[in-house]
Amino acid sequence: MLDIIDKVLLKAVANLDDIPKLGAYNIRRNGKGISRQSTKNIQIVPKTDQPGIDINVAPGTKGEQVHIPVILSAEGMTDIVYNTFNIGDNADVVIVAGCGIHNACDADAGHNGIHEFFIGKNARVKYVEKHFGEGSGRGKRILNPTTKVHMEENSQVEMEMVQIAGVDDTIRDTDVDLADGARLIVTERLMTEGVQSAESIIKVNLNGKDSSARIMSRSVAKNNSKQHFHMNLIGKNECRGHIQCDSIIMDQAQVSSAPMVTAEHSDAQLIHEAAIGKIAGDQLLKLMSLGLSEEAAEDTILKGFLK
Amino acid sequence: MLELKNVSWTVEDNHGRTDIVKNVSLTLHEHKLYVVTGPNGGGKSTLAKLVMGLIAPSSGQILFDGVDITHMPITERAKLQIGYAFQTPPVFKGINVRELLTLAAGEKKINPTQLLFDVGLCAGEYINREMDSGLSGGELKRIEIASILARDLKLALFDEPEAGIDLWSFQRLAETFDKMHRQSEMTLMIISHQERIMHLADEIIVIDSGKVREITDKNTFLGSLTLKESCGCGETCERGVSF
Repeated sequence: MLDIIDKVLLKAVANLDDIPKLGAYNIRRNGKGISRQSTKNIQIVPKTDQPGIDINVAPGTKGEQVHIPVILSAEGMTDIVYNTFNIGDNADVVIVAGCGIHNACDADAGHNGIHEFFIGKNARVKYVEKHFGEGSGRGKRILNPTTKVHMEENSQVEMEMVQIAGVDDTIRDTDVDLADGARLIVTERLMTEGVQSAESIIKVNLNGKDSSARIMSRSVAKNNSKQHFHMNLIGKNECRGHIQCDSIIMDQAQVSSAPMVTAEHSDAQLIHEAAIGKIAGDQLLKLMSLGLSEEAAEDTILKGFLK
Repeated sequence: MLELKNVSWTVEDNHGRTDIVKNVSLTLHEHKLYVVTGPNGGGKSTLAKLVMGLIAPSSGQILFDGVDITHMPITERAKLQIGYAFQTPPVFKGINVRELLTLAAGEKKINPTQLLFDVGLCAGEYINREMDSGLSGGELKRIEIASILARDLKLALFDEPEAGIDLWSFQRLAETFDKMHRQSEMTLMIISHQERIMHLADEIIVIDSGKVREITDKNTFLGSLTLKESCGCGETCERGVSF
């Protein structure tokens, strides 16, 4: 059912060699769901009013994974999908999303994934989202994900968002609100090259008492690419938040980083850090003094940084 | 095995030309431990960087095992089995201690746990730590030294290995240098101000104002220091040498 291009994309975004035999999954190709499987605890139901699915995880579900990759290889197609995740109380699951685009033509191809999460009390979710583009066409590969997360008391969400190759234009918009005791960790890894452009907007509302958020963003901008980061932690209660944005800039690239913290409560403890700089000369010298060529040293530094 | 012939390194800035290293000629032999000492700013680190190729000499020639390496790139010198432990080691976000040591070892099989033990670090605590600013200066320094121990070298250069290291770890480190010297054919050049390191030396090279002031054996050098110093505790003292 999957051709070789589909398999390359699937491997890149979901680390799957083929359609999985076990577990819950939904594979969407060129705007249509082509394969779907629910389990006893994780039901995947197509929406009736708009494109997309509801992923319903039963309360107390432990140790299960859901794969929902999107692959796009049709010429000049823009796909919009609305997915809703309802995570029951006390569940503990891993969700692997992501989108791979192969564009071999001159028209633009794009995917707008609009995801909304409702995380139940004491639930734990690890969400992994990988974006990948390839293909020789002059048309752009565009990915614009929108992610909204609503976290109930004492829930925990760990988001790992990675885009390190082949996406020409991206605007990532992430909005999270946290109730009492909820804990959020966001790890973002981004690389742009050529004339690519990437923008990441992350807004976190720390509404609950003892809620906490940590956002760690690392990016590499090469050639003439451009990156913009807008992060805002809003503390509305006794809470803790930390934003850490690090970018390596190379060639003629441009990076702007605007971490922002907003306290609306006197017991909010919020920190932001942002750093942009090129690879330090002594890092290259150290690795070269271990026998690596300059190119291999640079590659090692970048791979480590984006790990 | 290493020969420096009339090596100079000069910097030019708005204030004119300054000679940091002036016409230095030196020969280091196989399986010897040399301690390079002398006043701060005298040109010791510059000398080590010239040998590793981090900077290029303004004039003169550097030969290693008879091969002219004066203009050889750093990577090539590393492949000739020359290694250099930085005085201020760089940090690497995303690269952990184990990965750095493995990278340093290349094809050589290593036991990272033993290497960390040799520099006075508990492996369980450090092996998966990122090489970032979360590590203290002394910890980074010891991992830097471990990255040199991980390599198979003919010539190892250490730039003030004791800096930032506590007394207990320093004792362990001195034992490690002694073991390296006794158990391998490696030539060691250690830039240091510490008597305990000087006691390991076959020869002491004093660099002052960019020149070799004297090359002597440790007993002569340390004897002359004891005469100059007034604390009177002689060789048991942990003091650094002052000039």
